[in-house]
Amino acid sequence: MTTRSLRSLSGALKPLFNGHLSRPPPARYGGRHTVTLIPGDGIGPELANHVRELFRFCCVPVDFEVVNVDSSMASEDDINNAIMAIRRNGVALKGNIETNHNLPPSYKSRNNLLRTTLDLYANVMHCQSLPGVRTRHRNIDIMIIRENTEGEYSSLEHENVPGVVECLKIITKTKSLRIADYAFRTARAKGRRRVTAVHKANIMKLGDGLFLECCKEVACGYPEISFDSMIVDNTSMQLVSRPQQFDVMVMPNLYGNIVSNVCAGLVGGPGLVPGANYGEDYAVFETGTRNTGKSIANRNSANPTAMLLASCLLLDHLRLHAYASMIRRAILSTVTETRLHTADLGGQGSTSDVVQSIMNAIQSTGPQTLSI
Amino acid sequence: MAAHSAVLSMSKIINPFWGGLLGNTAKVFGTTVTSHRSKTLLTGENIPPPAKYGGRHTVTLIPGDGIGPELLNHVREVFRFSCVPVDFEVVHVNSALETEVDINNAITAIRRNGVALKGNIETKHTMAPSVKSRNNLLRTSLDLFANVMHCQSLPGVQTRHKNIDIMIIRENTEGEYSSLEHESVSGVVESLKIITRNNSLRIAEYAFRLAREKGRRKVTAVHKANIMKLGDGLFLECCREVASGYPDITFESMIVDNTTMQLVSKPQQFDVMVMPNLYGNIVSNVCAGLVGGPGLVPGANYGRDYAVFETATRNTGKSIANRNIANPTAMLLASCMMLDHLELYDHASSIRNAVLTTMNETRLHTADIGGQGTTLEVVQSIMRFIQSKGQLTSDL
Repeated sequence: MTTRSLRSLSGALKPLFNGHLSRPPPARYGGRHTVTLIPGDGIGPELANHVRELFRFCCVPVDFEVVNVDSSMASEDDINNAIMAIRRNGVALKGNIETNHNLPPSYKSRNNLLRTTLDLYANVMHCQSLPGVRTRHRNIDIMIIRENTEGEYSSLEHENVPGVVECLKIITKTKSLRIADYAFRTARAKGRRRVTAVHKANIMKLGDGLFLECCKEVACGYPEISFDSMIVDNTSMQLVSRPQQFDVMVMPNLYGNIVSNVCAGLVGGPGLVPGANYGEDYAVFETGTRNTGKSIANRNSANPTAMLLASCLLLDHLRLHAYASMIRRAILSTVTETRLHTADLGGQGSTSDVVQSIMNAIQSTGPQTLSI
Repeated sequence: MAAHSAVLSMSKIINPFWGGLLGNTAKVFGTTVTSHRSKTLLTGENIPPPAKYGGRHTVTLIPGDGIGPELLNHVREVFRFSCVPVDFEVVHVNSALETEVDINNAITAIRRNGVALKGNIETKHTMAPSVKSRNNLLRTSLDLFANVMHCQSLPGVQTRHKNIDIMIIRENTEGEYSSLEHESVSGVVESLKIITRNNSLRIAEYAFRLAREKGRRKVTAVHKANIMKLGDGLFLECCREVASGYPDITFESMIVDNTTMQLVSKPQQFDVMVMPNLYGNIVSNVCAGLVGGPGLVPGANYGRDYAVFETATRNTGKSIANRNIANPTAMLLASCMMLDHLELYDHASSIRNAVLTTMNETRLHTADIGGQGTTLEVVQSIMRFIQSKGQLTSDL
């Protein structure tokens, strides 16, 4: 793998930042950015530590404000503190916060609370086949844009009659237009040719019908991008047989969850894909599939790639592009080495080995401290 | 006692409030009602085989749209060739009409015959939202509560994953497919997803009983209870309750997003899966994709009194209609399942063997599995195989 091809690959992995041209970059106090860090549960804390280690090693001008959220407590103070910190800093990096099934239904999912309160309406996940990882499908390059705040995740349920539960799925015109607009703008900014809307409008005629209508409306304003729609069951079948046909996909919340997990599985698993949640004013970065990873926590076997690539997305958002590309290049060159693959990729490497190798790669290719 | 359970299920259908009242009774006298209900639930156990008039069965045939009519013609051809004692009563359903007369005729025909074989009826998006999906109407009116799909890797078909053997049992009548939506405030649509205790218990019992019958070791419930705590939480609770009555079968649960990711990386870990309607739709399509595509897997919809057989992924196939390139395997295997249901096991096995043997021949593969064969060639090869293996007419 030549460095030039690696560089082009890392360039292709740069996320959207043109859409936020109107928003000024976060304030830099003393030349350094402050980013909220929420370690979460499971493998979150150890991966967050590796991110901090790596940033310190590369002299990245980012300070982390750590806010711990205790998932076992019923009060919402913790998550409210975290939300306030994110409002203050504008940007965050988070691990997944566990939602315990044994707690009463009035206890809302902390991750969901965070997303809806900060109105992080777009979840963007870019699934690309990485050269060093062997998968059954090749040349996958799908960008999934998922509505992040409404749909099936409204947490509105009630039991009017005992034994009969009604769950409400909310679809609104404003939010559907907003996410469709985001999708097309992103597609245009990245030079993508095609946007596919995923829905189930043959059954949920009003709900997904409204979503589809909004997408069609927005598509009229982007004539250079072709728009088509596909029913979610057909989509999942196509993804499993021929994923190369998809380019950009936009969809409501639940289908987005399922489709993004299928795509993550296709490119190599939950340990490889980073995810980003964008709102009007805030941005929160995390792993694409939001796994807590309780069973592999603190065993030095988790794959740090997803979290580290998410931190690169964070750096791109903060316009520290040089640092972002440097770290990304190092991560991609490490992922090509099969002996460093962690358990989820079928290897036997440990997390610390991978991080060490990334740091070595950065040291060998980066500028010498003397020349700064 | 059968009447009691019949009243229970009837009242649940007619009046949800009543169903709730009786549901209370079910909670108090839970064991009594459940055990009686379970006796009548198993399809084919208590239901006598359909009456054979003059030694022949009558089966309702609904051609549907797209590739449905041509595939069902092939089914009739094969049945005639094999001298299967089944007569088809054809009922056409016009998907372009807004009235429900057609589909009601079809439902009456199925009530009369007890068994049906159908192609998918198209649901046009351009029609008014009040026009309900015909397929959905059929399933809910006949209370075909269990959709069973058996995904198996076929030896002759090359796929990326091998040794897949998953049985998917999907709740077929409620969940996200209740068609209950409204727009109270303009621009805000609320879709209702209904999960009831009765239906969840029913489908869980069906799943465990089927698993036990087929000698399966493990049942996995697929849900999203971390987000839909009450809804999918109720479903999961019902599954756990039923699981405690089947100690020989392992029960586990998995969140739907993790399930789809595991299906794509390691599908061999799954055995029997039970889930509500929408997840069932998506998971069954993913599994169909894994074993080779929509043209290979048959599906069956079982209710207490009726059974309807169709292709598992319910595709209309408008773009390949009438071009002689559709894969007839799924429809033919569905007809074999129907023959098994009618207890015509010999005919079922002979046709099934013929279909599977033909699948092994790569030169006969149709376009959807990467070949260039035509539907007609495949059907003729199947008939030739039946002829070579079957009894000679002179022997009968």
